[in-house]
Amino acid sequence: MADSTTLGESLRRNGVSRRGFLKFCAATASMMALPPSMIPRIAEALEKARRPSVIWLSFQECTGCTESLTRSHAPTVEGLIFDSISLDYHHTLQVASGEQAEAAREAAMHENMGKYIVVVDGSIPGPGSNPGYSTIAGISNYDMLMDTVKGAAAVVSVGTCAAFGGLPKARPNPSGAVAIQDVVKDKPIVNVPGCPPIPQVITGVLAHYLVFGKLPELDSLKRPLAFYGQSIHDRCYRRPFYDKGLFAENFNDEGARKGWCLYRLGCKGPMTYNACATLKWGLGWSWPVESGHGCLGCSEPDFWDAGGFYQALSIPTSNVTRTAAAAVAAGAVIGVAAGLANKAKKSGAAKKHQTVTVDQLGKG
Amino acid sequence: MSSLSIERGLYDFKAVIDAPIASYFSSCVHCGLCAEACLFYVETGDPKYTPIRKLEPLRRVWEQEYTIVGKLKKLVGLSKPVTDDELEEWKELLYASCTMCGRCSQVCPVGNDIAYMVRKAREGMVSSGHAPEPLVGAATRAVKIGSPMGVKWPAVQNQIKHVEADTGLKIPIDVQGAEYMPLLSSMEIINFPEYLGALAKIFKQAGITWTIASKAFEATNAGLQIGSSDIERELVVRVVDEAERLGVKFVIGPECGHAFNAIRWDGPELIGRPYKFRVLPARHGRDQLRRHAGCRYPQLVLRRRRRREQHGGVRAPPAQGLRRQAQAAGGGRARAPGDGVRQLPADDRGGPRALQDGDPDRRSHRDDRRAPERGLRRLLEPRQNANDLRRQGGAGGQREMNSYDRTLSR
Amino acid sequence: MDFLLWVRGPAFDVAVAIFLIGVVARLFEILLLGRKPLHSEPKGGEFGNGMAEIFKRSVPLPDIVKRGAVTLVGGYVFHIGLFITIFLFVPHIELINSIFGVRWPGLPNPVVDGVTVVTMVAMVVLLVHRLLQPVKRMLSGFEDYLTWVVTFLPILTGWIAYHRLVNPYPLILGIHILTVELLLIVLPFTKLMHAFTLFLSRWYNGAVYGRRGVQS
Repeated sequence: MADSTTLGESLRRNGVSRRGFLKFCAATASMMALPPSMIPRIAEALEKARRPSVIWLSFQECTGCTESLTRSHAPTVEGLIFDSISLDYHHTLQVASGEQAEAAREAAMHENMGKYIVVVDGSIPGPGSNPGYSTIAGISNYDMLMDTVKGAAAVVSVGTCAAFGGLPKARPNPSGAVAIQDVVKDKPIVNVPGCPPIPQVITGVLAHYLVFGKLPELDSLKRPLAFYGQSIHDRCYRRPFYDKGLFAENFNDEGARKGWCLYRLGCKGPMTYNACATLKWGLGWSWPVESGHGCLGCSEPDFWDAGGFYQALSIPTSNVTRTAAAAVAAGAVIGVAAGLANKAKKSGAAKKHQTVTVDQLGKG
Repeated sequence: MSSLSIERGLYDFKAVIDAPIASYFSSCVHCGLCAEACLFYVETGDPKYTPIRKLEPLRRVWEQEYTIVGKLKKLVGLSKPVTDDELEEWKELLYASCTMCGRCSQVCPVGNDIAYMVRKAREGMVSSGHAPEPLVGAATRAVKIGSPMGVKWPAVQNQIKHVEADTGLKIPIDVQGAEYMPLLSSMEIINFPEYLGALAKIFKQAGITWTIASKAFEATNAGLQIGSSDIERELVVRVVDEAERLGVKFVIGPECGHAFNAIRWDGPELIGRPYKFRVLPARHGRDQLRRHAGCRYPQLVLRRRRRREQHGGVRAPPAQGLRRQAQAAGGGRARAPGDGVRQLPADDRGGPRALQDGDPDRRSHRDDRRAPERGLRRLLEPRQNANDLRRQGGAGGQREMNSYDRTLSR
Repeated sequence: MDFLLWVRGPAFDVAVAIFLIGVVARLFEILLLGRKPLHSEPKGGEFGNGMAEIFKRSVPLPDIVKRGAVTLVGGYVFHIGLFITIFLFVPHIELINSIFGVRWPGLPNPVVDGVTVVTMVAMVVLLVHRLLQPVKRMLSGFEDYLTWVVTFLPILTGWIAYHRLVNPYPLILGIHILTVELLLIVLPFTKLMHAFTLFLSRWYNGAVYGRRGVQS
C-alpha cells in the first residue's frame, strides 16, 4: 500500500546510512550521465519523494527480468529503493495469491488513480489473437493490461518482451505476441529492454522518475538515453582489437584466448545499444564480452530473428546462396531467350541486306 | 534494285552488331580518354570528335534492338529512333573525322575497339546513302576504272617503261606460276615509281620470280574506306581471282595500311574462305622492304587548315608512344611483331615516327636512306608532295586528294 | 531494427536476385550475338593475347597519361579504393564468407577508413571533372550521374555508419545496406556492367589484334 512516508524516512528506517544513500545518489547521477552538481539535488529529491505505488504486471515472460531485478536486491543500496516504493502488486514476489492478489491490484489502482506506475514484463497476445495463450486469474493479458494502465501515470516496459515483443514474438510468433507499446498508445512509456535488463537500469529509471517526477530522456525506441545512448561496440574494451583488425576466428583459438574482437564470431555489439560494457553485470564483475562471448543484441527489437548468434552482423539473414543459385538459373534462361531473339533479329536484318553497288552510291 | 535508304541503313546497323560490339557498348563508361587519343579532337579541341560519340547512332540501334532495358524503353516510347537527318549529321564524324587509325582502340581502358565499330557503322552509312561524295567517287572509279585515283593499266605500263629504262631490269607482267605478286597503290605508281624499281632489284638479287598482274595491280580498296563490304569484296575478288589464276604463292600487300588490311585480313572473311596463296606485307618481301608510316594525315590536314585560319601557330603534336603503331590512314590497324615498335619519340616535325628493330636511334626512319623511305618522307611533306604530283602529272590523283582534304576540312 | 532486418533479409534477397539475373542475362544477351567465323590466316594467337590484354589494359599508354591525367589518376585511386573498401573491410569479408565460404584477412579499420575518404575525394574530383571537361560533359547523360550517385552512396553511408555519425546505428547500417542493394539492382542495366563486360571487351580487343600478330 502506498503510504505518506517519504523515501528518506523509509531508507533511514531500513538502516541505510547517509553515506550509503549519497553513494547511491552519486551512482544514479553518473548512470544517468548527470553532472556531479546534481547529486545533492538527487539526494534532496529522493529524501522528499513520496513512495509511489507500483503495479508490476507479468505476462508472457520467463521471470528472468524479475530475477535480474532481485539481483540488485539484498546487499546493495539500489535494492533498497524497492523498499522505498510501494510495490503493491507483483505476482511473483507478493505473498498474496488468487483473489487477494487481484484485490490488491484493484485497491492500489483506486487509491492512486492517475499517479501509480505500471511496470510490465513480458509481451501479450495481441488483441487479434487467441487470448487463451496467456491469462491471469481468468483475465486475458490484454484486458488486464488495458484495465491497469487506464489510471497509470506512466508505463515502464521492463525486458525485451515487454518493450519489443522479445522471444514470444520471434518467428513464427504463434501467440501473436505484441509489445506493450503496440497496444498502449495514450500513456508515457519507457522501454527498458534487455534479456534481461541490467538491474541498475531498471532501478535507475525508477529513481529518475522519483527524482524528477517525470520520465528520463528517451531515444527513438523510447529507451532511456542515459543507459541506451551508446552502443556496446563503442564502449567495448575489445574495440581496439576491432580497429586493428585482430579477430578471434573461433572460441578456442589464440585470438579468443588473447581477448581479441569477437565480431567474426557473431558479436552484435555494433548494433546493440545498452550499458553492459560500462555498468557490467553481477555487481560490476563481468559482462558477456568480457566472459568471451559476443553480444547477442538482446536489447534490440527482434534480436531473435536478426541472424544466427554466431554469424557476423554483416551476414544477411536469409539464405542468399539458394536465392543466388535460382537467380543465376533464371538469368541464364532469360539471357538465352533474349540472346536467341537477338540472333534471329540480327540474321533477319542480314537477310534484308541488299548488295550495295556503286551505281546505287552514285544515285544516293 | 532499290536505292539507298535509311531502312537499308538500319538493317545493316542491326546486321553488323556482334558480340564484341555489344560488349564494347556495354563497357563504355564515358571516361573520354578516347578523345585524348584522337588526332581530330587533340588538334581541334572540339568534343564532337570524341571517338565513341561518332558511334552514337550505332549505339542507339544496339540499345534499342539488343538490350533488355533498351527494348523496354522502346516499348514505352522512351527511346529516340535513329533518323536520316541524324545520319547525315554523323557523316562528318564517321568519315571526315576518322582515319580509323585505331589510337582510340588502343587507349580505351575497358578495351573497346572503337575503330572496328567505326568500320562496321560505315556499312549502315553507305546503305543509307550517307557516304561522302569524294569516297563515292573513289569507290566508283575503283570499281569501274580499276583505281580510285583513275590510274589505268596504260599509265602503269608507262611507268614500268621508265623504271625498266632506269634500272635496266625487266618488270614481269602476268607471268603464270610466278612466286610473288606485289600489289601497288596509285600513289606508288604515279608518285613513287622508284618503289617498282626497288622491287625489281630486290627480287633479282634474291633470285625470286615475281609478276605484276595487269588486271589486279591496284592494292588500295575504296570499299574498305567507304565502309561497304560489298564493294570491298568486289575489289578483293579481283586480286584473289587473278592471283589464283596466275597461281602465285605470295601476294605482297602494299605499304598502305588500309590496302594491306583489306587484302590480308578482310578479304578471306568477305569471300568466306581462305586464300590459295599467302599475303605478305611489303616489308616481309625477303625482309628487306620494311617500311611503315604512322598516319599524320589528319594532323596535316587540320594543321594546314589552321594555318590558313590563324596564320601560323601550330600546336604541339599529340603525345606519342603508342605501343602498337597502327596508324595508317583509312584502316591501317595492324602492326606485326618483330617491328620492334616499342616507343615512338616525337618527330620534331610533329608526327609519330616508327622505329625499327634494334637500336632505335640508329635505325629510325629519319636515318634510313632506302628509296621507299625517301618516298615516305616526301609523302609526309605536303607542299613538296603536291608539287611532285603536279610535276609528275598525277592530276587526277591530286584532284582526289584535294577533294578529300576539303571533306576533312569542312 | 525492423528496417535493418528487412534490408538484411528480403530486400537483400531481392537485390541479389535482380543483380544475378541481370548480369547473367546480359552476358548471354551479349555473347549470343556471336562472331563470324574467321577465314584469314592467323598470324598470332587469339586466346592468349586476349587474356594477356585483360591485364595489359590496366596499364595506361604513355600517350594519354598527361592529357588524361585527371581521369587516369582519379580512376585508379577510385577503383583501387573501391576494391579495398569492398574486399578488405572485415564485415564485408564476413559477408562474402557467408555466401561463398571463402575468407581472407582484412585491413585494420583506420586504414580502410582513410582509403574510404580518399576514394570519396577521388569520386568527387571525377564528378567535377565530368561536369567541367567538355568531352566528358558532352558524353554524360542521366545514366552517368545516376551511376555516380549509386556508387557514391554506399561508400558515403558505409563511412557514416562506421563513424556512427547518424544514430541509431541499425538505421544507418540499414541505409548503407539498402544503398548497396540499389547499386546491385542498377548495375546490370547501366554502364556499371563494365565491371563484367570489361573482361570481354579487353579480350576481344586483344584477340583481334593478337590474331593479326600485333604487338601490345
